[in-house]
Amino acid sequence: MKILVGYKRVVDYNVRIQVKPDGSGVVSDGVKLSANPFDDIALEEALRLREKGIATEVIVATIGPADCQAHLRNGLAMGANRAIHVVTSDAIQPLTAARTLLKLIEKEQPQIVILGKQAIDDDCNQTGQMLAALWNRPQATFASKVDVTGNAVRVTREVDAGLETIEVDLPAVITTDLRLNEPRFIKLPDIMKAKSKPLETIEFAALAVESGDHLKTTNYAPPAKRSRGVMVKDAAELVAALKTKGLL
Amino acid sequence: MARILIIAEHLNGKLNSSTARCVTCAREIKPDAIDVLVLSEAPDSIAAEAAKIESVSKVLTVANPANAHALAAVCAPQIAAVAKNGYSHVFAPSTTFGKDLAPRVAALLGVAQVSDVMKANDAHTFQRPIYAGNAIVTVHAPADQILVATVRTASYPAAGNGANAAPIEAMNVSVELPTHTRFVELAQAKSDRPDLQSARRVVSGGRGVGSKENFAIIFQLADKLGAAVGASRAAVDAGYVPSDLQVGQTGKIIAPELYMAIGISGAIQHLTGIKDAGTIVAINKDGEAPIFEVADIGLVGDLFKLIPELEQALN
Ligand SMILES: Cc1cc2nc3c(=O)[nH]c(=O)nc-3n(C[C@H](O)[C@H](O)[C@H](O)COP(=O)(O)OP(=O)(O)OC[C@H]3O[C@@H](n4cnc5c(N)ncnc54)[C@H](O)[C@@H]3O)c2cc1C
Ligand SMILES: Nc1ncnc2c1ncn2[C@@H]1O[C@H](COP(=O)(O)O)[C@@H](O)[C@H]1O
Repeated sequence: MKILVGYKRVVDYNVRIQVKPDGSGVVSDGVKLSANPFDDIALEEALRLREKGIATEVIVATIGPADCQAHLRNGLAMGANRAIHVVTSDAIQPLTAARTLLKLIEKEQPQIVILGKQAIDDDCNQTGQMLAALWNRPQATFASKVDVTGNAVRVTREVDAGLETIEVDLPAVITTDLRLNEPRFIKLPDIMKAKSKPLETIEFAALAVESGDHLKTTNYAPPAKRSRGVMVKDAAELVAALKTKGLL
Repeated sequence: MARILIIAEHLNGKLNSSTARCVTCAREIKPDAIDVLVLSEAPDSIAAEAAKIESVSKVLTVANPANAHALAAVCAPQIAAVAKNGYSHVFAPSTTFGKDLAPRVAALLGVAQVSDVMKANDAHTFQRPIYAGNAIVTVHAPADQILVATVRTASYPAAGNGANAAPIEAMNVSVELPTHTRFVELAQAKSDRPDLQSARRVVSGGRGVGSKENFAIIFQLADKLGAAVGASRAAVDAGYVPSDLQVGQTGKIIAPELYMAIGISGAIQHLTGIKDAGTIVAINKDGEAPIFEVADIGLVGDLFKLIPELEQALN
């Protein structure tokens, strides 16, 4: 069985994003880029399913600009068998991403598609659900445990009320939550090996995807700032301060 | 003409307050109608609750055993069908329920979704956070499409409850429902404490609390204050508390009147979850911890010494 993994490149989670003074965007020059943390978890899960003998091949896919190749090589170094790069210089929105990934599904016929639950740049949390809808297949979002049994998979999901378990027939889309696994570190020899693994490049236009980029962003603003308050020296002062604010 | 359809969130026969928060967001648009849709096996009591929410025009119910559990793959085609009855907007709360469901509805309708609406400038212009809340963008959606959005519940108080008596209408929706997705179980930690997402007070512990056993000290303080308990990701990852207590970018986004962060450093991903809190109190032994940059009241010291003193002072 093949597994397709969504592997988006985003601004590294440690970077403190700054909004440009003119509100036209965020400062991106020289900012560190990394794999979306949820996508590293997605890839790790796929690799574990291959190591268990459930999957035979793991494919990482990115829709992004031409310089995403190094990012995909990282995915290959982590252990993916091959990579697909859909090249577009435009930042696409989730509906377009889902329609593009559907084209790759039609081509590759994976049984399981694993995406991150959200990309930490746009924080949309949409693509996996949209893809499952377009594919007319099940979705198991926010997964913290994945058990494949024959033609179905049992997924434990982190929901507000606790942990929900659902069973879905394959093929299906799974999206990862943080506690599904801890991604492995890439070892130096694997980086060398990754250089010879297949990396297929497809021009976005060649897939003839109907654009779903319906939203226009006009302004970027920094969030309302909370300012530093007062320091108290002990518990009694804390209680007094809370009383003054009418909170006790 | 704006007609907004709000998808009711409910569990065990009870309406979640996230639904009334969506109503407040919908009101910002000054729509012609705000209808609430209840999909359930037995929707009557839930619909009765929804009908009381101020500004709700009508409550629609779809009773179907297939709706016993909120499975997105089952709910989405029904919602898409109802939305096509002249609705301009479909709103769901930005809870795990709405986040799972709304994009599936949007894709079936072939439209975009606006996630985590924190302000509606007008019927098709919204503000939402990106980059873990480090930037707020203004997005414009096309007026000639149904707009699907999730509402950031921490940005909106719940619409008032009681005076309204909106009509309730049972609907038949004839769409084919998939059987490829089946509910197995929901493991819910039983707790008599207030619900984290709607509590007026929250006491959260972080890695500094040190262990599952030590977390008792956080629970005790919370009980004293009648507060809900929350946690940082580090505390959840370390197994001190269950995952549904996580506050932050990838956990719960909350807006209590009082938030106490104890043994929490204040990583950006955590702060995203509490930026709408009324008053933030931080207790941390490291005076340089970033949590103090946003705390309204800060206290530097060892939590194991300070919490018992705090409980004393509260008596
Ligand atoms: C994609 C992604 C998503 C994330 N989502 C979230 C999220 O939703 N929520 C979240 O919280 N984090 C999230 N994180 C993790 C986040 O980056 C931090 O790692 C995490 O918040 C740290 O938790 P902490 O403050 O408890 O631990 P630490 O950063 O280790 O801080 C512990 C604090 O306790 C203090 N301390 C220790 N002992 C004592 C004592 N005896 N008395 C008083 N103080 C003491 C220390 O001084 C320190 O400041 C996410 C990370 C990533 C990459
Ligand atoms: N451009 C992209 N390339 C590859 N995967 C993507 C892309 N956009 C979204 N995804 C996948 O969809 C997930 C959710 O993204 P989003 O809906 O944007 O929050 C990500 O974690 C990825 O797995």
